[in-house]
Amino acid sequence: MSFTTKRRILLPLAAAGIVGLALTACTGDVAAGNKAETDCSDYEAYGTFDDNPEVTIGGTIQDIEADRLVESWKDFSTCTGIDVSYQGTKEFEAQIAVLAEAGNAPDIGIVPQPGLLGRLAAGGWLKPAPKAVEENTDEFWGEDWKQYGSYEGTFYSAPLMASVKGFVWYSPKEFKDKGYEVPTTLDELNQLSETIAAEGDHKPWCVGLGSGDATGWPGTDWIEDYVLRQAGADVYDQWVKHEIPFNDPQIVEAFDAVGEIVKNPDMVNGGLGDVSSVISTEFGDAGLPILDGTCSLHHQASFYEGFWPEGTDVSPDGDVFAFLLPSVEAGGEKAVTGGGEFPVAFSEGTEVDAVRAYLSSDTWANNRVKLGGVISANKGLDPENASSDVLKESIEILQDPKTVFRFDGSDLMPAAVGSDSFWKGIVAWVSGDNTQKTVDAIESSWPKS
Amino acid sequence: MTTADLIGKIIQVVGGLAIFAAIVGLLFFLLDKAPRRGKDYWQLVVFLAPALILVILGLIYPAIRTSLLAFTNNQGDFNGLNNFVWMFTQPAILNTLLNTVIWVLLVPTISTTVGLAYAVFIDKSRGEKIYKALVFMPMAISMVGAGIIWKFVYDYRQSGTQQIGLLNQIVIWFGGEPVQWLQTSPINTFLLIVVMIWIQTGFAMVVLSAAIKAVPVEQLEAAEIDGTTPWQRFTNVTLPGIRGSLVVVITTISIATLKVFDIVRTMTAGNFDTSVIANEMYTQAFRAAEPGRGSALALVLFILVLPIVIYNIRVMRKQREIR
Repeated sequence: MSFTTKRRILLPLAAAGIVGLALTACTGDVAAGNKAETDCSDYEAYGTFDDNPEVTIGGTIQDIEADRLVESWKDFSTCTGIDVSYQGTKEFEAQIAVLAEAGNAPDIGIVPQPGLLGRLAAGGWLKPAPKAVEENTDEFWGEDWKQYGSYEGTFYSAPLMASVKGFVWYSPKEFKDKGYEVPTTLDELNQLSETIAAEGDHKPWCVGLGSGDATGWPGTDWIEDYVLRQAGADVYDQWVKHEIPFNDPQIVEAFDAVGEIVKNPDMVNGGLGDVSSVISTEFGDAGLPILDGTCSLHHQASFYEGFWPEGTDVSPDGDVFAFLLPSVEAGGEKAVTGGGEFPVAFSEGTEVDAVRAYLSSDTWANNRVKLGGVISANKGLDPENASSDVLKESIEILQDPKTVFRFDGSDLMPAAVGSDSFWKGIVAWVSGDNTQKTVDAIESSWPKS
Repeated sequence: MTTADLIGKIIQVVGGLAIFAAIVGLLFFLLDKAPRRGKDYWQLVVFLAPALILVILGLIYPAIRTSLLAFTNNQGDFNGLNNFVWMFTQPAILNTLLNTVIWVLLVPTISTTVGLAYAVFIDKSRGEKIYKALVFMPMAISMVGAGIIWKFVYDYRQSGTQQIGLLNQIVIWFGGEPVQWLQTSPINTFLLIVVMIWIQTGFAMVVLSAAIKAVPVEQLEAAEIDGTTPWQRFTNVTLPGIRGSLVVVITTISIATLKVFDIVRTMTAGNFDTSVIANEMYTQAFRAAEPGRGSALALVLFILVLPIVIYNIRVMRKQREIR
């Protein structure tokens, strides 16, 4: 065999070898959990499936949060024999309607907005909730949450996780050193802001509304918080249902109250620049100046805890902590906005029903919350399982019967407003448009049905 | 997936390909044995069918469906011209249409002019290849990549702190104050257009440079003997000689500009009055869940591209006739 022929054979062989190696690298033999070593007493109610049926779940949850999600049903999977596979993508919200229409949706989709749930239900793609899910919901959730999982009288899904919006992050150390008190009314909050501004050391608030093509959404949370607190829950409901127009005077009032902070050069933007930096700063970076002492107050949901750098002490006496944006009057009922996810089913079957029942149970809520980072509004949840003080406080707020909870308004509005013109309106408003022009523009974009 | 699964799948793929090849071979064999009468016709059908089916499925059907969707609301019900009324009454959308017009006027003209000038100046110079590569390189960068690179160039830090944006640093060297470039309308639209020009100039330059080299030397020499100035030679000999290539370059860049989406979406996401039709189309159809409005915008885009395509085809045809 001459050298050239040898080479002629060697080259394809080498290529095939490389491809083969690369392909085997992509596969892994997934080890099944050991049923004998797992405590299956919690999962007996869901039955056992000997033929190992697969249930696919899709959603927007990614990275470490997705790992924890998968971990939360590991034992369930081992005990019942149901193979639950999860796939997360950022484009889930944009794609799910297309997938459903084409008949390619996963068995269960974790939908983060009641508005999207309604849209999918209106398309006739969703399967109503089985009896076990409804029973769990009646037992563990309030009526308001059940409504968010329903569409036109049909109940589709129990909530999964929850988040509490409208926290104001601050530095307990700074407050202690300078003798500031945590405000109990909105007026006190404004006085506090003015006090900090008057000391001239730094601007009191740091705000960042940047979020790629979703820039502006943190601003919608501000507006929603103020509408709920100033105008009340009834107006809030009318507003998101478009029973009052978007340019109603009560909404204008909320915009103006927020504008006193985010558009006021005396109030923003601590450690970040002038008012124009409110939009250009990414929401994830916006609260960090609190750690340098160049900013005192930052408005963001409970999830912001995950954005502090490693080693930050998040506790009532630590580097940072959060108080709930106060209501108009002290001691009144607590009004909070928040968000949550809803696992909706696109296909039927006993194994899908079993997974849905498990996800709506208090067992799941405790299992998932123990893994850290999130909370649930499930009343069967033990607050002690929460991974931090802020999350513990959030659970207590959600479980308090006196709390008035309202879902994030922009998630309830039609997507043309809630995830388009409202965001764009906030950006234009902070960039200099006046309130009336902004609310008029958003009102005119509301789809006429 | 286990290794055994993987091998099974590979076998499936190889088997599928083999079956496909066998069917195609059989088809050709039968075609060869077809009766002599109408044989040409059958051959035509068999060879055209795959392309035709793909064009119908992938182009004609979606085009018709999009056109129909443009007249429906978000529930899929017919709503007449409402989407178009919406488009031409919302100030934000009117601004989007205006921006698209600015883009399509500036990008093709500037990038073709600059590309042509560059091609002429470096023609037959020493190191021509290197000069060409330098300008052509941005072509190899994806639009999203280019958007991110230029976002850094335009980056803003408050005055007094270290600037990381080149443009603001230059402003400071000249004693100015840093500017929020991407948030300042209308200059931000022009700054985005610069990115597109930066990408497209290389394409124009390479095609036009090749065309210039194809202009017959005899004609240029004849003109030189007649006593023309270099400028006259350029306008009267070179330009007519490369007219075909010029049209192709301008139309290609125009269509690419009309479709521009990535740059706008990466750099401003359509905020601060910088949106263009393609970006708004996506936003409406997918984020705002208004497929009707998105389709209406797509239809407008289609109508805008149409004259350019028709003109391109007509020029091509005329050239073929000359030959």
